[in-house]
Amino acid sequence: MAHDPKGVHFERFTRLNRTLHIVMIVSFLSLALTGMTLKFSYTGWARFLARFFGGFESAGYVHRLAAVLMIVTFATHVTDLVRRKNREYGSWRALIFGPDTMLFNGKDLKEFIGSIKWFLGKGPRPRYGRWTYWEKFDYFAVFWGMLVIGSTGLMLWFPELFTRIVPGWFINVATIIHSDEALLAVGFIFTVHFFNTHLRPEKFPMDLVIFTGRMPLEEFKADKPGEYEELVKRGELEKHLVEPYPPIVLRAIRAFGYTALTIGFLIVLWIIYAMLFAYR
Amino acid sequence: MRPNRILFALAFAAVLVAAGVRAQENSECLDCHEDRELTGKRNGRTISVFVDAAKLRSSIHASVDCVQCHADLEGKELPHEDDLKPAACGSCHDDIEALHAKSLHGVAIARGDPLAPRCQDCHGSHEVVGAKNARSPVAPLRVPFLCGKCHQEGAPVQRQRTIHQDNILENFSESIHGEGLLKKGLIVAPNCASCHTAHSILRHTDPASSIARANIAKTCTQCHAEIESVHRKVIKGELWEKEVHRLPACVDCHQPHKVRKVFYDQGMADKDCMRCHADAALKASAGGRSLAVRPDDLSHSRHAKVSCSQCHTGVSLSRVRACETIVQSVDCASCHAEVGQEYQASMHGLLTAKKDANGPTCKECHGTHAILGKTDRGSATFPTNVPRLCASCHREGEKAAKRYKGTQHDIIEHYTESIHGKGLMKSGLTVTAMCTNCHTAHSVLPKKDPASSVNPKNIPGTCGRCHYGIEEQYEKSVHATLVGKTKKELPVCNDCHSAHTIRRADDTGFKLDIMTKCGRCHEKITESYFDTYHGKVSQLGYTKTAKCYDCHGSHDILPADDPKSHLSRENVLKTCQKCHKGATRRFAGYLTHATHHDPKKYPFLFYTFWGMTSLLIGTFIVGGLHTVLWFPRALQLRRERDKAEREAEAAAEVEGEAATEPPENPGPPDTPEGKGEADGA
Repeated sequence: MAHDPKGVHFERFTRLNRTLHIVMIVSFLSLALTGMTLKFSYTGWARFLARFFGGFESAGYVHRLAAVLMIVTFATHVTDLVRRKNREYGSWRALIFGPDTMLFNGKDLKEFIGSIKWFLGKGPRPRYGRWTYWEKFDYFAVFWGMLVIGSTGLMLWFPELFTRIVPGWFINVATIIHSDEALLAVGFIFTVHFFNTHLRPEKFPMDLVIFTGRMPLEEFKADKPGEYEELVKRGELEKHLVEPYPPIVLRAIRAFGYTALTIGFLIVLWIIYAMLFAYR
Repeated sequence: MRPNRILFALAFAAVLVAAGVRAQENSECLDCHEDRELTGKRNGRTISVFVDAAKLRSSIHASVDCVQCHADLEGKELPHEDDLKPAACGSCHDDIEALHAKSLHGVAIARGDPLAPRCQDCHGSHEVVGAKNARSPVAPLRVPFLCGKCHQEGAPVQRQRTIHQDNILENFSESIHGEGLLKKGLIVAPNCASCHTAHSILRHTDPASSIARANIAKTCTQCHAEIESVHRKVIKGELWEKEVHRLPACVDCHQPHKVRKVFYDQGMADKDCMRCHADAALKASAGGRSLAVRPDDLSHSRHAKVSCSQCHTGVSLSRVRACETIVQSVDCASCHAEVGQEYQASMHGLLTAKKDANGPTCKECHGTHAILGKTDRGSATFPTNVPRLCASCHREGEKAAKRYKGTQHDIIEHYTESIHGKGLMKSGLTVTAMCTNCHTAHSVLPKKDPASSVNPKNIPGTCGRCHYGIEEQYEKSVHATLVGKTKKELPVCNDCHSAHTIRRADDTGFKLDIMTKCGRCHEKITESYFDTYHGKVSQLGYTKTAKCYDCHGSHDILPADDPKSHLSRENVLKTCQKCHKGATRRFAGYLTHATHHDPKKYPFLFYTFWGMTSLLIGTFIVGGLHTVLWFPRALQLRRERDKAEREAEAAAEVEGEAATEPPENPGPPDTPEGKGEADGA
């Protein structure tokens, strides 16, 4: 009973973060589908997808539209960071070096070592807190990916503009970086990220928390004991307790989540097929 | 002009001079008549009476006194009055004058016909010279033009008088006589006067005429002596003996003025043939094939005016069955000599010569008695019918297609779908290329033959007959100019455009296909093209991106180091700007054929690629290992949790049986009481 709708839920993600994640899923899947179509244009799959998007030309429009969506997501997130810095933390220092920081710190190193020990049966499960090191890794992978893929993507979108400054062969370099970084992003998200958050047996088949923002308190207690204890200690737990969503909302969320997961897996299969059997 | 008359005149003049009794000296006349402005009157009209003394002196009448011709001035006071009588040529040339008076021309003069020619109209007046003098208008070479002044098409005589022949001058100039005279300059070749006489021109119905039926032979044999011996076989026999009155005259066969276009009266021969061959049931005794000829076929055919025996040669008119002496089958080349030669050298002709049953002869394409010209819509050789005609043997499964061992298949179907086929068959453009435009009609040869119109060496010329401008560009391109400098096979039109499946160059299929066409020779560079954006997008069926020809040009393709190349330093930017409007010189530095597989040529691409790939592989190894290690632990956690839940459920059931109150409060320390959503969106 991982998701007992009747139980008390702990709210882990703000509504904005959830919204941004959904928008990013839509944008990322669109970018991945249309982009891989171009990258693996020599496979039959690519031709099928190009037709699915109404020809390559409109696939290109989808790609650029989704890119704009991604950039907007990025900008919104950065704006939100600045706002929360002002409202909740007061300074960048507090945000960056505080206990809930997204940056890697000594605690992460300890937890990482603890995790490896736990994996190998040489220690208990670390008492993970607000953000685990793999969650931070996911976050920065995306952050870095957006900068790298986004900037090279703009170069490819407006080559005439960029070659006023950089030499023409930069476009060739940008192509390689854009394409391989995208491959990394797609491959990582649809395998490692999917496992870490959804497919690992504790969460299988899907962790809805990123969509609902809430998880059963029991589950929270087991998953993030560090954070739980911290909140209890500070007496702030109550602030985060909420009613679960009604079943109809959960059904809709599941439908969306499964669709995204399926598309992700299909893309991975396609990439593996293209790399192994049709690579050139 | 007759010499004895001149001698007589000279003698007479000498006598007069000796006697010193000359009434007027020529010099006296010329005193006035040398004045170019001098005019006189005749029948109320003002005319010039100028006499060119120089011409008179060089004329054959140089020593004749003016008054000898202008006889009415004899002894008159000078200056004399107007309205002289015409010069009296007859006073010397009396016999000629008599002949002329009886001739059509003379009769017309007597009738007062203003168009009728007088002596001076043909011979000139004061400047008259002998007929042998090349300057004379009646010199042999000039006679046709002299007569033609009145007897050419459009002249008043030809229009307003009854003349039974038309296009006389044109026909004559094309005839063997005209050719001899006018082209070869043989002054012994007959001119108008040779047959019609100079002065005794009469109607052909006049028994005295040189062209009267009875006199024709005599007229012709003036030159064609012993022609009867040559013609004996035609005129001997029954016709000669039994139908004397139907004895043919020369002109029955050799039309006047058209003597080369031999004209055999159909009534004479064909009717005899049709006596038997009009019978629809007529069959050959050997073989039993039908020998019937439908008269309509022949009369509507191109050969309507050709008689049977012209094609079916070897007939003997003297026999009852004139055809029994025919031993040869019809040889069209006896008239169509040039075409015949072409055919004999062609694949079709060679097969026929080898007595191969598959070899088509003339009639397979052109038909027999019902033959029509290629401009006739009903003809099998009319442009829109040609593909069907060739298809009868060359369609898949037919005899020619079975023999064929080359690479072209379904040619008829492909042609019909091609731009040429659609132009011809769908749009009905008869100028569109069809089979014979490329393969020729009569010199059809296999591609391998160096003389073939579709031999790679000749293809540009063949296509260039219509696509001339393209051929011109191609001839200057690297593909053409390398001839002799490389041993590699160079592409000609059909290597890119195909032979029978030619499409419009703006057709999507053609655009996407061109890379494989260029790639057949330029293998490496095409592969690397597909590594770039342009190539990848093309591969997905997008036609608006740069293809080979967008940058390199199509027919005018030149190496990049040629200043005229689209990719030369001067032109490359313009080439990029065709699509990339804002492109700069730096933009043109984009590597359109870059590959990250070549560390020597493109080191930065190579290392970028491997740097990125290492990052990718590294990340996956770390992430993957982490996941693999994690899995057993996570599975263990799940099992423990499931077990705990099952136990809790079992306990709840037991409890539920004991006391039916709702038991549970899944116990966090603080019970939630309607918490709103505290987050700020």
